[in-house]
Amino acid sequence: MTDVDFLMWVRGPAFNVATVILCAGIVVRILGIFLMGRKPNLAEARGSEMVGGLRTMLHRSIPDAGTFKRSSLTVISGWVFHLGLFVVIFLFVPHILVFEQALGFGWPGLPSNIVDAIAVITIIALLVKLIHRLRDPVLRMLSEFGDYLSWFVTILPVVTGWLAFHRLGAPPPALIAIHILSVELLMVLFPFTKLSHAFTLWIARWYNGAISGYRGVRS
Amino acid sequence: MSGPSFQRGYNALKEEIDAPVAAFFSSCVHCGMCAEACLFFTETGDPKYTPIHKLDPLRKVWEQEYTFWGKLARSLGIAKPLTDEDLTEWETLVYDSCTLCGRCSMVCPVGNDLTYMIRKLREGMAVAGHAPPGLVGATRRAVTIGSPMGVKLPALQAQIQHVEQDTGLKIPVDVENADYMLLLSSMEIMNFPEFIGAVAKIFHKAGITWTISSEAFEATNSGIQIGVSDIAAELVQRIVDAAAKLKVKNVISPECGHAYMAIRWEGPNLVGKPFPFKVIHILELLDDLRQQGRLKLKDKVKGSLTFHDPCQIARRGGILEQPRHLLKELVNNFVEMPESGQMNWCCGAGGGVSSNERADELRIKAFQRKKSQLDQIKVDGLVSACSNCRIQMEDGLEAYHMDLPILSLTETIADHLAD
Repeated sequence: MTDVDFLMWVRGPAFNVATVILCAGIVVRILGIFLMGRKPNLAEARGSEMVGGLRTMLHRSIPDAGTFKRSSLTVISGWVFHLGLFVVIFLFVPHILVFEQALGFGWPGLPSNIVDAIAVITIIALLVKLIHRLRDPVLRMLSEFGDYLSWFVTILPVVTGWLAFHRLGAPPPALIAIHILSVELLMVLFPFTKLSHAFTLWIARWYNGAISGYRGVRS
Repeated sequence: MSGPSFQRGYNALKEEIDAPVAAFFSSCVHCGMCAEACLFFTETGDPKYTPIHKLDPLRKVWEQEYTFWGKLARSLGIAKPLTDEDLTEWETLVYDSCTLCGRCSMVCPVGNDLTYMIRKLREGMAVAGHAPPGLVGATRRAVTIGSPMGVKLPALQAQIQHVEQDTGLKIPVDVENADYMLLLSSMEIMNFPEFIGAVAKIFHKAGITWTISSEAFEATNSGIQIGVSDIAAELVQRIVDAAAKLKVKNVISPECGHAYMAIRWEGPNLVGKPFPFKVIHILELLDDLRQQGRLKLKDKVKGSLTFHDPCQIARRGGILEQPRHLLKELVNNFVEMPESGQMNWCCGAGGGVSSNERADELRIKAFQRKKSQLDQIKVDGLVSACSNCRIQMEDGLEAYHMDLPILSLTETIADHLAD
């Protein structure tokens, strides 16, 4: 198999399989949560579950001042790498073209050199996350294989993408193929690892806000 | 009912897992931010007090019973199933070092309500025979005697007699068709009977009809703290029956944090149907009276006062504005603690910790959080609305050689009522 054959396979059948696993996995996980159900609340409500739930879904992204002070490294590195991932995934012009092919519509991107710099910042933020996880006593105690696996499959596409963009280490078709393959690894593992928090956290936040909102508390 | 067993505990945990729990565990990314929200971690620095770590037994059950990979790993023998030894190891984490204060639930970036889950975990722990002896004793007394502290009706009657002598007011007992039935915590009856007198004075001035039931005067609910819903439901049902017998329209929850959670938010769910009466917290009622102009004060408290929000009344209960409205009328200089209201720090003894002698040393250590909050504002007095918080804060202030009066909001209002 030549580099080009490999690229064609990665872009074609492998990508389709990964997309199906990603989408089906997300649906299965979300159904798995909602099908557990919960008992109706018979206490007289003081506030709205819906308002509280929706509020916490948005509001929980910004910590209160005391929490920010105590957990500033976690919060800042978290914000940086999440925003960085958003930019490199959704605002890099070649990526937008891929989305355009799949979805039928596109959107404006950022200049490549800016995305390049943001990719480097994202990699640094993720490395900070790893070092923090390895050194902090609480994080070290909590961390398990799944946390490191999630970290690895997150940073891998950023690194392989950055290498492909700079054409470092291998011929361009092979670099692109490796990059896409690393994305597919992320897609396949996404619903079944900690990465699934990207969609379950909205449900978690809603429940948290709803439980509090019902009692008249803004959580 | 059969005795405690690991299998019954395990089954209870399985049954406790619902959609919110599944969403919470699915979302946890092990960021560790809940540790910094927990006073048991901040005051000891010990990672084992990280709230999500305290939930590990429940997480294991969720993972191995309700997730594909967890079930697979268990069937292949890769994952270690939950054992009775695990529960033994976790007992002190779940009961001694968690006050169910709910601060971690406000901080978790993915939105996990960890307190909601600790409450559920205790259901399994208790059934498996892993509840602390202090709480088991308190719960037994609550069921057999009617009070976790063993306070019987004659003791209440004696206190009522003293209060009537002090105030010159009749304390109504078992009066039918009153507007309000007042509940009391054992701690109020035994340690702060002035509370009963304060309520009598305020209600007399406001022209409110009220009563205490001789059959259900206890507001606290050990069943909730220990995590046995059957017992908790039985204790709630006593109040429901008494309210029906006396044909009252409203039941007042007193200055006790978890009593409010028990009767206001958990009560109807425990007995399985909505209450035919309204549950109102004493602070809500006092603020209503203030708004209606039925709470007239003769003067204000001199000097500066701060307010300690009892977790179950404020963060978990939704009564945040009412004490502040009252305090602004009552005090010339009302000072908020840093991180007050719904982000307030717990006193360190809620959620059954105060009934658990094993945790005495730890709860005094945890009080350092409150101490540092108080150190930052130099005030002349500390007001609260929970007799359990009050006892803990008295213990804490004494342990750290701090001289600061602790006042009950209701009692202080009564002291300043217009003639």
